[in-house]
Formats: sequence, C-alpha cells, structure tokens
Amino acid sequence: MGVGAGELQVGDVVVVRDETPAHHHRTPWFVKGKTGRIASISGPFFNPESRAHGGDGLPKRRLCSVEFRQVDLWGECYGESDGDRLLVDIYEHWLER
Amino acid sequence: MSAPHDRGGLPTREPIDQTSHEWADWEHLVNALVGVLRRHDLINVDELRRGIEAMAPTEYESSSYYERWSASIEHILVEKGILSAEEITAATREIDAAWG
Amino acid sequence: MSDDHTHPGLQHHVPLSERAKRAVAIHRLLARKNIVGPDEVRETIDRARRRSPADGARVVARAWTDPTFKTRLMDDAPSAVFELGYRLSRDAGLAVIENTDRLHHLVVCTLCSCYPTSLLGQPPDWYKSFAYRQRAVVEPRAVMREFGLHVDEDVVVRVVDSTADLRYLVLPRRPSGSEGMPEAELAGLVTRDSMIGVGEARKPA
Repeated sequence: MGVGAGELQVGDVVVVRDETPAHHHRTPWFVKGKTGRIASISGPFFNPESRAHGGDGLPKRRLCSVEFRQVDLWGECYGESDGDRLLVDIYEHWLER
Repeated sequence: MSAPHDRGGLPTREPIDQTSHEWADWEHLVNALVGVLRRHDLINVDELRRGIEAMAPTEYESSSYYERWSASIEHILVEKGILSAEEITAATREIDAAWG
Repeated sequence: MSDDHTHPGLQHHVPLSERAKRAVAIHRLLARKNIVGPDEVRETIDRARRRSPADGARVVARAWTDPTFKTRLMDDAPSAVFELGYRLSRDAGLAVIENTDRLHHLVVCTLCSCYPTSLLGQPPDWYKSFAYRQRAVVEPRAVMREFGLHVDEDVVVRVVDSTADLRYLVLPRRPSGSEGMPEAELAGLVTRDSMIGVGEARKPA
C-alpha cells in the first residue's frame, strides 16, 4: 500500500496511484496518475474505503491536500490561466513520492 | 472509464442553472432521516455514498438528488437486514392506497 | 395506528415519484418498529432549517475584525467556530481558505455535494448539479463569469475539490469602504456565494 504512515510531509511532490478499485473510494479520476505537491495534511480520519463496506475504518489515514497545476491535469483542455491551481484532498495511501 | 458519480471535468456545455426549488416535504424528510440514521449508527456517510454509487448509471443520471439518497438508504438498510425490500414495497403501496 | 400527524413527508395532491414514496415508507416502517423515535425526524428537520449562511457570515465578520480570531480560524477552524457556538456535524473536519488580491478560491465537490452545512445551511441546487460538478474544476473562470464574477488574469484561481473529510469555507476579501463598520453590519455584507467562491462580499451601500 504505497508509503508507511507518517512518511509524507507538507511540500513533498507526490504521484497519485493510477488505480480504480471496485470498492468505494474518494479519489477523483482526473487526478489519478498525476503529479502534485502536498499543501497541508489533516486528520487522521477513519478510512472511508473500509467504513463504506462495514469495516471499522482502521487504521485511520491522514488526509493530504494536494495541489496540482491545472495544465498538468487537463493539458490543452485547460484554456484559462497558466498559473491556475486545483487542490484535492487525497488519503495518504493513494500517494507515492 | 469512470463511475457515474465521478463527474469532475466531464464535457458539457450546459450553463449553471442558478434557480433553486422549494424543497418538498419528502426531501426534508430524506435529508433529516439520514441524520437520524447516522446518530443511531445505522448508516454512516461512507455507506450512504457507496449506496448512491451502486445505482445503475442510467438511474443515477435520471434521479433527483434526494431520490438518489432514497435509493441508497433502502440499499443499505436492506443489506443490513434492518428492513426488507418486500415490506418497503408493501408500505409504499399503503401510501398509494391512502393518498392516490 | 395513524402516523400521518407525526410523520412528515406527504403533501396532499403533490404527486410523488416511486423513490420519494419509498423514502416515506422507510421512515414509517422505522418509526413503527421503534427504530427511530416518533419525533426525531421532525426535530432534525427543524434543526436543519435553523442553519443558514448568516452563521458563516458571522464567522467571516469576526475574522475580518479580530486578527487573533482569524489566526485561530486558519489554524484550527473547528475550535475557532466553536468559540462562536457552532458545533460541526459528525464525521467531517472544517478548513477555512482565504481569498486575497493574488489568490481566489472556488469550492466544489465533484464526487457528491460536500458542503459546510453547519455554517451555511443546505447547499443551493446548482452546487449539487452535474453542470457545476463537471465544469467548476476545468473551466472555473467561465463558471464564475456566469455568476457575474470576473477574476483578473493576474489573480491565481485555485479550485478546491472537497472530496473527503474536510469541508471548506472561503474567507472572502473584506470590501473597501467597510473600514470602521461594526461586526454585525459587516456580516450583512457576506453572501453565501462569497463563502463558496462564486461571488465576493458586497460593498457597503
């Protein structure tokens, strides 16, 4: 499962795992496989991928607010300003350095 | 590629409709019922979302917001054996009989 | 037993969809089986109706006038809003993000409709619409223009996709001309849309 707890830090450049498991998860499709930077970290929160399916949500997972450049997500489909950003909250086990 | 709820960036030219409708009583009921079920630990928000995502894509697309919640509440409560689909159907037909 | 008086959900002569009727039926069954109390849903509806954007506006106005409160709000929003008497709903954290002359935030939830209901009440219909969920992340400036908000090219737009356990409240810029206004009047300038990011706070009359 990617990295161990506590390893990721604010400022780290991370890649979002490019996976689509059959179970409930909170990672939007358009950031999968993309590279961003951790802007802040909160939690830990119960893991929704467990709690959605009757599990106890443990171990809790930290939630990383990852900032992406819009042009890195959409390429030429992003027709607005080059400096624009997007922030998405992603649980730590979806991220790799 | 993606599930029907995972909508960010899907192409559309549709403008944002900024009008808001007055909630019907049943919409207030569904919204509150989820809160009550959460307080009783009978359903959590992750289960609610999973139940919504379990809807067939065509039904997800054609349902209103609280119709999706209704589908999910039923899915989860039946799955947990708290209610059966048959008794929900029977109670629904009672409503039809009483109110037309 | 007749439960029509204590169980909301049916307005005479309003046709309901099958899904709507099934939700009403589910509530009746849960009440008959004493799984939920007879008045719990009614009380929850009444509580939900008491929350409105005026609550978030009070938080913003306090942040504009009290720098130490603002620092606490940015560092630990749940504790700061608790000082003003607001208790957050279960399962969710809260983060406040500040709009400045250089950076403009816009909040969306592409996966469902996550929204800081404890401070803003129920989200408007458009926030839950497919069009907003699809477009806000990929053409935020075009979306904001539809709401009448033009963000300058040299201001960075930062969309926040609120997908998980954090709810986001935008701290809008304090409008010019509001210097010296009392906190209660300042709160009157803070619109719901300015706390989502599709608008700005009103200028004083």
